[in-house]
Amino acid sequence: MVITGPFSAGKTSFIGSVSEIDVVRTERRITNAAERVKETTTVAMDFGRITVDDDLVLYLFGTPGQRRFDFMWEILSEGMLGFVVLVDSTKPETFREAKRILETFQSYASTPFVVAANKQDHEDAWSPDDLRIILRLDPAVKILPCVSLQKDSVKNVLLELLYSILEHLDKEEA
Amino acid sequence: MALKGNLRDFTTTQLFNLIHLAKKTGTLTVTGGQTAHIIFRSGKLVYAETSVQHGRLTQILLSAGKLTSDQSRLIDEKLKGRTDKQLGHRLIQAKLVTQNDIIQSIRQHMLDIVYKLFTWVEGSFQFDNSLQSAETKIMIPIDLEVVIMEGSRRLQESELLMEELPNLEASLRFVDRPDARLRNINLTVEEWRIISYVNPKNTIKKIAEANKLSDFQVRRTVYGMLQAGIVELIPPVGGANGEKPKENIPTQRRIQPPKQSTQERRGVVNRLIDRIRKL
Repeated sequence: MVITGPFSAGKTSFIGSVSEIDVVRTERRITNAAERVKETTTVAMDFGRITVDDDLVLYLFGTPGQRRFDFMWEILSEGMLGFVVLVDSTKPETFREAKRILETFQSYASTPFVVAANKQDHEDAWSPDDLRIILRLDPAVKILPCVSLQKDSVKNVLLELLYSILEHLDKEEA
Repeated sequence: MALKGNLRDFTTTQLFNLIHLAKKTGTLTVTGGQTAHIIFRSGKLVYAETSVQHGRLTQILLSAGKLTSDQSRLIDEKLKGRTDKQLGHRLIQAKLVTQNDIIQSIRQHMLDIVYKLFTWVEGSFQFDNSLQSAETKIMIPIDLEVVIMEGSRRLQESELLMEELPNLEASLRFVDRPDARLRNINLTVEEWRIISYVNPKNTIKKIAEANKLSDFQVRRTVYGMLQAGIVELIPPVGGANGEKPKENIPTQRRIQPPKQSTQERRGVVNRLIDRIRKL
């Protein structure tokens, strides 16, 4: 599964809430000039894992948020089961970017996806309904309230995505 | 008079030192497993090609990612017979590439060849004073001092990497039980690209080909990832020197998901749902 969304949308904490391994942290705080230089050449990955049994492991990949790593989106999109577009509901300035990422991923593959309206525990968070309008989402697209720091909330998003994948398989078969 | 010899008696480093100090002009031809032609002007490296890595401008720009394979093929068809200098002018005029793209791509191409040459231990060489292809090829002067220092450093590193990662027919997989070492790791773009291909079915060799990385580059990157505990090696079928795995990714293709029936996929999704519910 691919967890995508704009820079600082909450992808790392989303994966970290359910992963059984320590998620490799991304978007490290830049504290000095030397690190700033380094950041121009490196990017961390968000990589989480949920083991089902001996022969099935779910990998969660968080895409780098920065545009200069766009090429990774296409790479990650191939072979994915589905994807979650995480939106920081408190940052309207990132909505346009979220829409662009969503459209880009859709152009790569007709894989099921859901939109997670993150940081719903914040006072100034936009509601999922308002986000649906602003992101011009089709009524069939699920937009789910989310708090990426809370395990149950993340579980709900992943389960809804898996239900969408099942529906997609049913349609494929029909 | 031509300078002739054998790499066993006279290493690439020594040869380059001689050319640099004597400020020689001419063409060095080294014949080992393949043949390399290296041109020098007044002690500076100006051109390099091998029988495997040809110096055709379109191929160099394609390898550098400045042209697509379709563009490269079309240009070769339409501008057949043009020299690289003529071709370069046309490509800049057509705004397909910039002058800097051409310079940097050729420079990198030359350095890739020359650094590889440092690792050759067998082969004969000949240096003569003629400047082969000088009229048609684009020559980019590079100071030999820097090349010699970097070449020697890479040689040492290459020997270490060869010991640590001798067989590129091995595959990679994500570590099953990553420990605390997996914290706060930053990956380079190269590492990211390799990560995207990590799959027991893809040999390291194939990953390098798909990413247009040299053996040295892929060894160095994979070695770093092994040390970081992100991935682990799967020896090739038949042991360290065994046969290749039967399934390999085609070059230029990304990893494809395993082909499963809808029923199988539904089974997988249901197992995932059960697991996530229990989290």
